[in-house]
Amino acid sequence: MIIANNVTKQFGKLKALDSVSVTCASGNCIALIGPNGSGKTTLIKSILGMVTPDSGFITFNGQNILHDWLYREHIGYMPQTGKYPDNMTIGQVLDMMKDIRKNRKRDRLDEDLVNAFDLKGMLHKRMRTLSGGTMQKVSAALAFLFNPQALILDEPTAGLDPVASEILKDKIVTEKTKGKLIFITSHILSELDDLITQVMYMQDGHLVFHNSLEQLRKDTGEQKLSRAIAAYMIKNGQ
Amino acid sequence: MTKIIKYVMTDILRNKIALSYTAFLLAITLSVFNLEDNTSKGLLSLLNISLIIVPLVSIIFSTIYMYNSAEFIELLVSQPLKRRNIWLSLFTGLSASLSLAFFAGVGIPIIIYAGSDTGFIMIGMGLVLSVIFVAIAMLAAVTTRDKAKGIGIAILLWIYFSLLFDGLVLFILFQFEDYPMEKVMVGLSAFNPIDLSRILILLKMDISALMGYTGAIFRDFFGTQTGLTLALLILLLWIIVPVWLSLRKFNKKDL
Repeated sequence: MIIANNVTKQFGKLKALDSVSVTCASGNCIALIGPNGSGKTTLIKSILGMVTPDSGFITFNGQNILHDWLYREHIGYMPQTGKYPDNMTIGQVLDMMKDIRKNRKRDRLDEDLVNAFDLKGMLHKRMRTLSGGTMQKVSAALAFLFNPQALILDEPTAGLDPVASEILKDKIVTEKTKGKLIFITSHILSELDDLITQVMYMQDGHLVFHNSLEQLRKDTGEQKLSRAIAAYMIKNGQ
Repeated sequence: MTKIIKYVMTDILRNKIALSYTAFLLAITLSVFNLEDNTSKGLLSLLNISLIIVPLVSIIFSTIYMYNSAEFIELLVSQPLKRRNIWLSLFTGLSASLSLAFFAGVGIPIIIYAGSDTGFIMIGMGLVLSVIFVAIAMLAAVTTRDKAKGIGIAILLWIYFSLLFDGLVLFILFQFEDYPMEKVMVGLSAFNPIDLSRILILLKMDISALMGYTGAIFRDFFGTQTGLTLALLILLLWIIVPVWLSLRKFNKKDL
């Protein structure tokens, strides 16, 4: 569904992405992990067209995303720290996004998270008065709202309370079984165990490995993702 | 595209700075017209005020607005929208709101107190200058990521157009005083939209005689239909070129 081919991106002297090639098929939930500054967010932003790669290309459903914008209709993106116009209320932001994405099949709006997070009761609150967690809830609700084919979640549970993050994880599992492609970056590896099917590990802009979770468990003999990754790193002498 | 313009405009029109800008202009215009019995004298005082304040507020407000909407722009870019449409909507929303503020603050009182040709050309020039400086602000804002630097560039540009440029012209004039410079002056005025609009308004005010021989040359050139059309075209270029340059930069920008 999403194919990146030799994507390279340089910011000044820093090579944020160094010929990264990945193929992601739908129905998978992929964990994108790696230390801070390893290029995870840059990769996500390249897929979204917010960052233009210096070389290499990315295709979405077989079409090159360069100079294209309509493909983003099929992507729901939850940024690391969602920020919205201060003067708008939650209701206005939701309406604006519905307006912009002009969903022709309006009945197919997925308001599960809006309801589960109880956002309906806070529609009149202005964005600048919201706490970081509530802002994350709005971002999450927006990402899932339009029933996209692919979901890109950049540290989705950072800042969410335990109840909300359980709701979100349940939602992710439901969407995965519907055959959607889901990207998650997170530093909390323990919460990824029961969500993901594949693991991508990045370091210094390189894609170190991209494997199914099964394979990784088999190779390392570890059940927990965090231990499996540690074992893999040791085995490969890093 | 109209949707984004609508959101930008409602956002700005609710902004306290934009509202106080309108109120400030209204207060100045009303007091000028109420202090002077002679409306053309009133227009002359208004000319100097609006040629300084309108570009200043337009450029600074728009630059700060662009930096403050960085997150909003980022949000829009991740949606199925063309970057070109996002940028042009922001430009249209900003210039429409600032033009509206100028029209409410200066335009309406002029129509009431001094609805002459001079009054109308002054309203027109104020509106055009608002839009030109929004365009320049957008170019300044897209050039650098650093907010302080961007606002600094905006202020410097305003100083250049309002003060430095006239100094440079004077300097050139004195350096080459042995040569006939009058025709060159007409050409030089095209490089500063504020000067160009000042000339166009002054010529309508029938006080160009005060400007001496150069004034006569200006009158000869800008007084004709071709000269006026050319001047308006140049002002239009002052809008199109910065918007086009900023759009080109924005299309390639990494967010």
